Amino acid sequence: MKIAHHPDTATLMAYAAGTLDEAFAVAVSCHLEVCDECRNSVRWAAALGGGFLCEETGTTPLSEGAFGRLLERISATSETPHTAPDRVSLAGDGVTRGTPRALSGYLDTDLELIRWKRIGPGVWQKPISLSPGASSSLRLLRIAPGRGVPEHGHGGQEITLILSGAYRDEIGYFGPGDVADLDEHVEHKPQVVSDEDCICLAATEKPTRFKGIAGRLLQPFVGI
Amino acid sequence: MFIPSATIPERGMNANADLAQSHRALIGRIAEHRDKDAFAELFDWYAPRVKAMLVKQCGSSEMAEDIMQDVFLTVWLKAGQFASSKGAVSTWIFTIARNRRIDVFRKQSSWHYVGIGEMEFPDEAPESADVLLSGEQDSLVAQAAATLPEEMREVIHLAFVEEKSQSQIAGELGIPLGTVKSRTRRAFEKIKQQLEGVL
Ligand SMILES: [Zn+2]
Repeated sequence: MKIAHHPDTATLMAYAAGTLDEAFAVAVSCHLEVCDECRNSVRWAAALGGGFLCEETGTTPLSEGAFGRLLERISATSETPHTAPDRVSLAGDGVTRGTPRALSGYLDTDLELIRWKRIGPGVWQKPISLSPGASSSLRLLRIAPGRGVPEHGHGGQEITLILSGAYRDEIGYFGPGDVADLDEHVEHKPQVVSDEDCICLAATEKPTRFKGIAGRLLQPFVGI
Repeated sequence: MFIPSATIPERGMNANADLAQSHRALIGRIAEHRDKDAFAELFDWYAPRVKAMLVKQCGSSEMAEDIMQDVFLTVWLKAGQFASSKGAVSTWIFTIARNRRIDVFRKQSSWHYVGIGEMEFPDEAPESADVLLSGEQDSLVAQAAATLPEEMREVIHLAFVEEKSQSQIAGELGIPLGTVKSRTRRAFEKIKQQLEGVL
């Protein structure tokens, strides 16, 4: 399966710089697990960071005896040097196998065993708690076939990663591994087109403004 | 001492690439022989730079020094792992410092911490057809960055060196967020274009 929709290049650059807020960083990480192309982009971007580090950051004098203290820590540590790479099996074909690694640490169970909370007809969610300092929020959404999320404008950036199933909106068809990386100017109305429920991971910045009466009714429950 | 000219590589005669190669050689010595002299040499070159970057990002010299110490402990422990990859040492150390800084800040905020910093991707197998950056190629990335128009350089410099988010950069420069994003995108595309001719 080929991934058709990737995070914005600017988002990948921010990921490489380490400046994305937690929810977005998790969503992007999950995409990177299944996308060779974006992994390469992030590597290029990190090389920029390496270049800046070498040539532009300048130097700050270290405290007295810094290297000596480091050697003491090395001899005190019980950790032995790693030799073999920590291989993570990464796919390049957009297929998510089980729970994405970047997400698994945040869940107390596997994706299949999640206890969903119904928030509307054919729509369920599972909020994911992040560090209290996070200024973004992360949730899993499960939407039944044929169902849509009410049309909404975005109150900031929103990144949605499809984990299973598929939806279609004004932008196109979104299947597993695809990412919708939208800013506040985009309005869309996704409709689930797969036979199975569509499960996606949604990172948002601020509460979304739902439009229309149904949307207004749903907003307190959905909270996206 | 007589050095046969044949040992001087044809390519990579520029100072950046030479530096990148010598850093890789140091990593090799650390990985294979746990060579503390090589480690000291690498530390002397990188530690004041890592600290300088962290001071900008954390605002505290003490915290920067602590994180820098953690970074080099990781360098020592993982040199063997890194040695088998193709990346540049500078990129690797930048990534370790970035991850450690994120970890420390999340840990500070609460006990409920999950290590997204551990999301370090191993290099793909060399047989993959994708573009792979060798140490030398990474230094070309830095050179390409140096030729970017000032307005593009500025936004990526603020992001990578000062760890500013795109909204913070927009606020600081008094430009719309969309402009920060489009400059970032164009910077990336320009660098990629330049390198496609070389790689
Ligand atoms: Zn991608």
